[in-house]
Parts: sequence; C-alpha cells; structure tokens
Amino acid sequence: MKYTKDHEWIKVEGDTATIGITNHAQEQLGDVVFVELPAIGKKVVKGGEAAVVESVKAASEVYAPVTGEVVAVNKELEGDPALVNRGAETDGWFMKVRLKDKSELDDLMDKAAYDKFVAA
Amino acid sequence: MSEAPLLRTPLYDLHVSLDARIVPFAGYEMPVQYPTGILTEHNWTRASAGLFDVSHMGQCFIVGPDFATAAAAMERIVPADIAGLAPGQQRYSQLLGGEGGILDDLMITRSAYKGYEGWLYVVLNASRKDHDFAHIAKHLPEGVALRRGDGMALIALQGPKAEAVLAKYASEVRDIEFMHYGAVSIDGIQAHVSRSGYTGEDGFEISIDNKDASRLWQLLLADPLVKPIGLGARDSLRLEAGLCLYGHDIDETTSPVEAGLVWSIGKRRRTEGGFIGSARVLRELAEGPGRKRVGIRPEGRAPARDGTIVTDAGGHRIGVITSGGFGPTANGPIAMGYVEAAFAAPGTAVQLIVRDKPMPARVAAMPFVPHHYKR
Repeated sequence: MKYTKDHEWIKVEGDTATIGITNHAQEQLGDVVFVELPAIGKKVVKGGEAAVVESVKAASEVYAPVTGEVVAVNKELEGDPALVNRGAETDGWFMKVRLKDKSELDDLMDKAAYDKFVAA
Repeated sequence: MSEAPLLRTPLYDLHVSLDARIVPFAGYEMPVQYPTGILTEHNWTRASAGLFDVSHMGQCFIVGPDFATAAAAMERIVPADIAGLAPGQQRYSQLLGGEGGILDDLMITRSAYKGYEGWLYVVLNASRKDHDFAHIAKHLPEGVALRRGDGMALIALQGPKAEAVLAKYASEVRDIEFMHYGAVSIDGIQAHVSRSGYTGEDGFEISIDNKDASRLWQLLLADPLVKPIGLGARDSLRLEAGLCLYGHDIDETTSPVEAGLVWSIGKRRRTEGGFIGSARVLRELAEGPGRKRVGIRPEGRAPARDGTIVTDAGGHRIGVITSGGFGPTANGPIAMGYVEAAFAAPGTAVQLIVRDKPMPARVAAMPFVPHHYKR
C-alpha cells in the first residue's frame, strides 16, 4: 500500500490499482454522507480529480494517485457511504484503475512515511 | 480578515477536555464537533437532549426609564411588535438597514423582573455583535441606553428530554412557555432561562454569569440524557428546522419579506411602518417580493452546498442556494436558497448545478423536519 499527500491510498495488484481515502482522511472528514464516483472507462490523471466525498459539513475532492483508466467502482458506497468511515482502507475503497505507468508509484509514500507526514 | 486573536468562551477548556475539534468561528475558538461526530450529535439532540455552548453570541440590554419608552425606541430599530410583548415574552426579529436589508437577526425579550420594567434583553449573532451594538446604540433616543452583557455566558439545552433534565434542578421550567423566559435558580446558579432555541426542538437557552458557566455545563452534562453538541450539528439541526443562518440565508441584500420572515413583523407594524428600512418592507408586502427564500430538496443523494446555482428546467438561472447539506433526520440532502417568485411554490421542479452538472431538485415546504416546540 502507498499513500499520497492528499490522503489517498493505492494498492497495486498486477496492472490494476485499488484506490481509496486513508483512515486519517475519513477521521478528518467525519460522517460521510455521499460519494460521487467516476464512470467506468473514465481516464484519470495523476493528481487530477477522480471522485468527490461529502461529509455532513463539506464536499472534498479525491485525487487520482496515478494515471489510468477506471475499470471498477465500489457500488456499495452509493447505498452506504458510511462504509468509508467504517473501513476507509478496506471495504470503503473507491475505484480500481488500470495503471498506465507503474513508475508513477515511485514518488508515493509508504506507510511509515505517510504516518510521519500525518503526524507532522 | 482581521488579525485579531481568537476569543474563547468560559467553556473552552471543557471543550478541549472533551476532545472537541476546535475551529475558528465568528472570532472565537469553538467546538465544531465532539469525538462521536456530527451525525450522532444531531440524532442525539432530536432523541434526547443536546448541550450547546453559545456563549459567543452577543447579549445586551436595552435600558429605558419604563417599558413603553424602551419598546418605542426598539420599534424604531426592528420591525417586530415590541410594544405588544407581555412581561417575560420573547420575539424573533431583525435589524434592518435603511434600504431594508437585514443587518442581523436577533431575539428580544421583555423583562419580567421587578425594578427592571424598562429593560429589554437582546441576543444577537457573534459575528455581528460589535456592529450591532454600535448600530443599536446609534439609533436609540436620549434616555434609552444599550448595556453590553460581556460578562455573560449562554448555554442551550435542546431536545425532547431538555425539560425533564432541567426540571430536576428547577421544576418551574415546566411552566415556562415557548418564547418566554423565567428567572430560575439551577443548583444555586442564578439563570435567565428562555424556552427557545435553534434546533426546531423543545428546549431552553440559559443565560448566566461567566463565572457560573463551567459548573452549569458540567452539572447538565453529568445527566446521562445529555451530550455535548458542536457547531456542526447545530447547523444541520437548524437547516432541517428551516431556520436562517445570518451571512448565508439572510444578509444586507435580503429583506425580511424575501426571506419569508413576514410572520415576525407585527401586524400593526406592517401597516404603520416607522422602522428603519420600512419603505422596502412595506413596498414588498404590497407588491410581493421579486424572489423568495424557499426549501429545496435535491432528488438524488448528492448535497448541494451554499453558492450552488439554481436553474429552471431550461437551464436559465433563477436563484442560488444559501445553505445546503445533508439532513440526518430528513435522511437526505436538503437546502434552502432564493428563487424568483414565480418558482417559489412547493413542488416546482428546478435544477441545481453541482460540479458543472444539472441535478434535478424540487422546491419544498419548510421545515424539513417538523418543529417540536412546546406551545
């Protein structure tokens, strides 16, 4: 698992990456009431807007940690957005993306670096 | 923004000790939520009793030689019927500018204390208090003065169990009617308790001396029916109740008629006028306002936030959202805003432009959740 400074996580299996927001991010957001997911087939760009997560208070953008094509989204979040709060880094994943360039993963943080980033 | 240091209420340390998330709000460091989160706090207030620190709000007194003089002075400044207040009775009103726009909204109470017959008690918004105090003082006639209540704290206890909780210490609160207040001793603490609030629920707003705030807060919080509630849930509760937030749903550009607050203008005053800004108010009452504040329900699950453009079915702009979010009790997104008068009827189909996409919505009657005031 790798992490971004915008508090997304990414887990790569083969050429597909699963993407979500970190547990720290869901704690900061509070109760999630709506998630807007991209359409299947949408091309996302590293650092570009990929999804929107809304808490009671506010809407926040979720950025793509990598460039690629959306091949799956977590349909469970439509009916149960609070899944993001209960399992941000597990069942509350947002989307799967087919990676265009694996080298984009190189500048992302590992868990230790992310924890340090959050603490700072 | 000003660089002035943020202020703290007398309860700040207690919020921190409860692990509240503290945010800057209206010049104060205030709790936006406690660890359980906004949804839980919201639902707790609707089901039991929520405790709110609203000590940041402005409290003051209008002091005249007698009630008739103080009321006449205040009626020059606000459109409400003040002369008609019974002792201990409270009214909601607005400060209006010369052009009829709303400078702030406020609560005005007639004193019921012996020896204080010429006193009115006023509560207004934290963000506006310095402005308001100056505005009111400027327009008071000789012989009537404004006294700031800077040493006073304000705690709200809201929800269906609020009466039962407070009555354990002061059984006489059961007899305080909605929009009235009484002088009550709560475990030895002298309090002015009004039956009012900003949640749509039954409840009380308790004005006390700063030195008593911590003890009263802890006393009420010790009750298992009571949990502390932050500004986040305060906002979702008032939005469901259809209540205006100053700076969002009402401001210097909106009039009380556009805002749907005609009910708060006294009948006598709607014909007589005679208050600052009355020309616009009377004109809009006669001709109808060009736009109206309405409730709006998005048809999907996506909330529409403050600033969202409202269009008709053809995509022509007809208004804007001024408050919007998720209503936990309404169980869906809710919003309020202004639309052209022709589109203000409940049920009217409109579109909300959310992230550049039109989203279907309908004008809806407010409140979104029925009020549970004790009348």
